[in-house]
Amino acid sequence: MIETETSSDTVDTAHHTLLEARDLHVEFPSRGRRARAVDGVNLSIGAGEIVALVGESGCGKTTLARTLMGLERPTSGSVVYDGTALDYRSKALKAYRKIVQLVLQDPMGSLNPRHTVYEAVAEGPRIHGLSGEREIVAEALSRAGLRPPERFFLRYPHELSGGQRQRVVIAGALALNPKVLVADEPVASLDASVRGEILALLLKLRADLGLSALVVTHDLGLAWNIADRVAVMYLGRIVESGPVEQVLTAPRHPYTQALLSVLPESPERIVLTGEPPDPTRIPGGCRFHARCQVLASGKAAEAGVDAKCRSELLDILPATAAAQAACHYAELSA
Amino acid sequence: MSLLELDDLSVTYRIASGEVPAVRGVSLKLDSGAALGVAGESGSGKSTLAMALLRLLPRDARVGGRILLDGDDVLAMKWGRLRAVRWAEASIVFQGAQHGLNPVQRIGDQIAEPLFVHGQADPRQARKRVAELLEQVGMPTWRARSYPHELSGGQRQRVMIAMALACSPRLIIADEPTTALDVMVQAQVLTLIKELIAEQSISLVMISHDLSVLADVCDQLAVMYAGRVVENGPSREVFHEAKHPYTRALAAAFPTVGDPVSRLAPKGLGGDPPDPMDLPTGCSFHPRCPVALEECATLDVGLWPAGDRRTAACVHVRAKEEAS
Repeated sequence: MIETETSSDTVDTAHHTLLEARDLHVEFPSRGRRARAVDGVNLSIGAGEIVALVGESGCGKTTLARTLMGLERPTSGSVVYDGTALDYRSKALKAYRKIVQLVLQDPMGSLNPRHTVYEAVAEGPRIHGLSGEREIVAEALSRAGLRPPERFFLRYPHELSGGQRQRVVIAGALALNPKVLVADEPVASLDASVRGEILALLLKLRADLGLSALVVTHDLGLAWNIADRVAVMYLGRIVESGPVEQVLTAPRHPYTQALLSVLPESPERIVLTGEPPDPTRIPGGCRFHARCQVLASGKAAEAGVDAKCRSELLDILPATAAAQAACHYAELSA
Repeated sequence: MSLLELDDLSVTYRIASGEVPAVRGVSLKLDSGAALGVAGESGSGKSTLAMALLRLLPRDARVGGRILLDGDDVLAMKWGRLRAVRWAEASIVFQGAQHGLNPVQRIGDQIAEPLFVHGQADPRQARKRVAELLEQVGMPTWRARSYPHELSGGQRQRVMIAMALACSPRLIIADEPTTALDVMVQAQVLTLIKELIAEQSISLVMISHDLSVLADVCDQLAVMYAGRVVENGPSREVFHEAKHPYTRALAAAFPTVGDPVSRLAPKGLGGDPPDPMDLPTGCSFHPRCPVALEECATLDVGLWPAGDRRTAACVHVRAKEEAS
């Protein structure tokens, strides 16, 4: 009997956890107040796993990604890589940034227009003093699908198409032989017909090199296309997470349900009013209650949880792989 | 009669290094009260087409063909008539609401501006009309006193829509009206646009790269590639049963969540959208086409009938048509 109790834990060990956020908080001063951009997040990324972090602008997803990269220091909580908490001394951080690589959106903005493709990709290996630079650059470019690599060495960003520029940015990350890619909206600025190829490249890198990835996006279709697991973020917290098939086809949190309902072709739309609220004024009770359609429709009251929704804080979701939602109403049916 | 009719429209930009054919012979019709979606990627000519409709193109653009708005040729209009047409008969909502508004003017004054330009109101009437318009786009009337920086992206886009509605035009041209917005805000703005066209029987031309959004809002859908329409027809049919291989690829690029076919299988096209200055021979799409035949490298078939109210420019469509 006890063994069935631990069944949810066995899901966790499907992937050996590589990168983890533990009770992470990141705050910024904002117009004389404190903005709680990341307000208590547990999230793990397993070896060879692709996790999509989904949310609207201002939900804290980019801050969370930057903190996982060591680009922001958490106010409290920790970033743990392969069992060791991140060390913020410059030498340790430099080594860490070789292992975990950031792939930015908007390759036009992140590539130096006066550097050739070769220089752009060689920058990382030079900083880290790697030998055999030419071979490293050539291999990274061909891994990123720019073949034959020599043909691209001396070209400038403006001579490349949007898709090719994004591949150069990815090659720059691959040149350091990382274990984890953190990709912030990797295809948002690309033409629709080119997006698929770049996403297919991320899947291929996972298959060939066993790379893990955290893909930050507002696009649920993208999560469906490439991610194993999805975490939905709202106002600094993960409100629902789990395997993509489960969360995106049978969402339990009203926010996830609303996000999915406004995709074209969904049968019934739940258009939330207002904009995502302000991280300097996080509402009490459930942070979503002011916009929650389940509460507004009276369904929460019928179930007798409306008072809880308005006043009782929810626990921070643990970093498990199984499907879970932070919602008083959803807990009733759990 | 059609409210808007494009007849063999072409736009060529003359730049230092030569000529750029951005729109190459587009013919389209839009009935009064209907919504037409124009889909395409960067360089397809869709935004040039939108700007051409109200003659908003830069001087180095050479425009050919005819644009009939209510039977009146926009390209042949005298300046005074054109001024009267802009805002009052047709208005445009641009993408990127950040740049469309004057940062140092209150939004109420900006919405009222077209009213004054067209002599449709005195200050008191204008205030009343602004309040009415703000209400129509779902914003509180006290917002008239706000400056653009005090508004969110979605609210700014609502203000742009209110401006476009100010002189009660019969046609609104919306160029990527929701591109920079979050999904939920995008849904709010799209719902608003749908309500407005339904309630006020305004016609709409909506330009977007997102086929799924267009299929949702518009009745009719035209897909552009390299300056031409390659497929045209009722929007849901075009989206779900595309006849042109490019439309099929574009539709597949926006996966339906829950569809097992697209799970862990992103789909795209090899290659890149063509450079308008260096277009491929024959069918412009053939270098990227998954079903190209040898003849496609030299043969440009143009639009063929492809079923009820549908056309597509593809040899495979022509072959089917000729066989039947």
